[in-house]
Amino acid sequence: MSVVFDNLDIFLEGMRRTLELSVLSFILAFILGIVVAALRVSPVPPLRWASATYVEMVRNTPLLVLMFVVVFAFPSIGFTYSYFASAVIVLTAYTATFVGETVRSGINAVSTGQAEAARAIGLTFPQSLRLVVMPQALRTVVGPLGGIFIALLKNSGVAVAINVPELTSAATQLGTDTAQFIPAFLGAAAAYLLLTIPSGFATNWLERRVAIKR
Amino acid sequence: MVADARPDSDSHDPLVVMEGVNKHFGELHVLRDIDLTVGRGEVVVVIGPSGSGKSTLCRCINRLEPIGSGRITIDGVALPEEGKGLAKLRADVGMVFQSFNLFAHKTVLQNVTLGPIKVRKLSKDEARERGMKLLQRVGIAEKADRYPAELSGGQQQRAAIARALAMEPKLMLFDEPTSALDPEMIKEVLDVMVELATEGTTMVVVTHEMGFARSAAQRVAFMDGGRIVEIATPQRFFDHPETDRAKDFLSKILAH
Repeated sequence: MSVVFDNLDIFLEGMRRTLELSVLSFILAFILGIVVAALRVSPVPPLRWASATYVEMVRNTPLLVLMFVVVFAFPSIGFTYSYFASAVIVLTAYTATFVGETVRSGINAVSTGQAEAARAIGLTFPQSLRLVVMPQALRTVVGPLGGIFIALLKNSGVAVAINVPELTSAATQLGTDTAQFIPAFLGAAAAYLLLTIPSGFATNWLERRVAIKR
Repeated sequence: MVADARPDSDSHDPLVVMEGVNKHFGELHVLRDIDLTVGRGEVVVVIGPSGSGKSTLCRCINRLEPIGSGRITIDGVALPEEGKGLAKLRADVGMVFQSFNLFAHKTVLQNVTLGPIKVRKLSKDEARERGMKLLQRVGIAEKADRYPAELSGGQQQRAAIARALAMEPKLMLFDEPTSALDPEMIKEVLDVMVELATEGTTMVVVTHEMGFARSAAQRVAFMDGGRIVEIATPQRFFDHPETDRAKDFLSKILAH
């Protein structure tokens, strides 16, 4: 295992990159996911269809395939992004479908009386969603959203396939350089756990903190 | 004013007019040819057995339930389709629900100030001032910074009344406001409602509280099977009901 301890800086750098990629993608996916969920419950049918189509197309395609689509197929129609940007785009688009479905289930869990009361005081549909329903929906899905963030941390390893420097690619590189793949990947596994387990604790803490008194 | 002296108070200054209103839930014909006019300042109490359509009638007035056919106008304006116009109209119609429906993630005061700030565009200070006055009026000012779940049912319902009043509505709708409450809490809510009625607030009240109907209503509408079967002053309705269906209903509820 000395190969791990001798190259801690490589793992630390990998963790930093993974965290950067994941946090950035999660923030964007969170915003996009809320939009997806809002469209999904919209009173305007075409908006609902558009949202549902997006969710079903993207979440049912393997992440790795999506990566290759963006890196290889997009440039042929005139969209070329850096590898890092491509990874962010794909992770965001993919994760947003899960955020969207989770937030939608949160919206459905808010009693219809809340939305009726909101409309009864003269709030428009978008206002009642933004001011009354969504804040309650998001509080109820903090736990599942934390799970989605953890999944995203691990999914970000797929970016190794398109040459984005992060934790999995750091371990691959170290394994290749030293011919010691087993300790390199055990090191990577430990490094992922150092990111994911605290994320789980943070989720639990946040869940308790924002819980609605009932 | 004695209610008997103005049996047709609706005729001179109508605020709500329902004409030939019909509504179906699937196969179920829940409202049948409803004609009802509520005059400005009038209190109309709607009573009737479960499933008679009285809650649906109430919810149609601010279009929480869209109607199948017929026409509803409020202050001369026909109810528009869902959208900004309808939101604007709903702001002028306060509604109190059986299950309170206070916004669970907001304090009592925030519940009361949300509409004035977001719909009426009051400043936060103005809204808070108005809100505190109303909470005082319904007797729960000390609960302003509590969350709904920390209040008793009666307190929650009084907060919900304050929330509706904060919009300074032309009309207040009450959909079985005391049906979810313990007996001792019913009184504190009815007291607030009686006070509103005395002050000349226009009210449509769906309730099983016959005492309230007798003392606060100008007219009582009795519904059965989706129709308004009988409509009269409380004195006439309770003492000399005309239809057999109303007699039967009253004999059952007043038997004990």
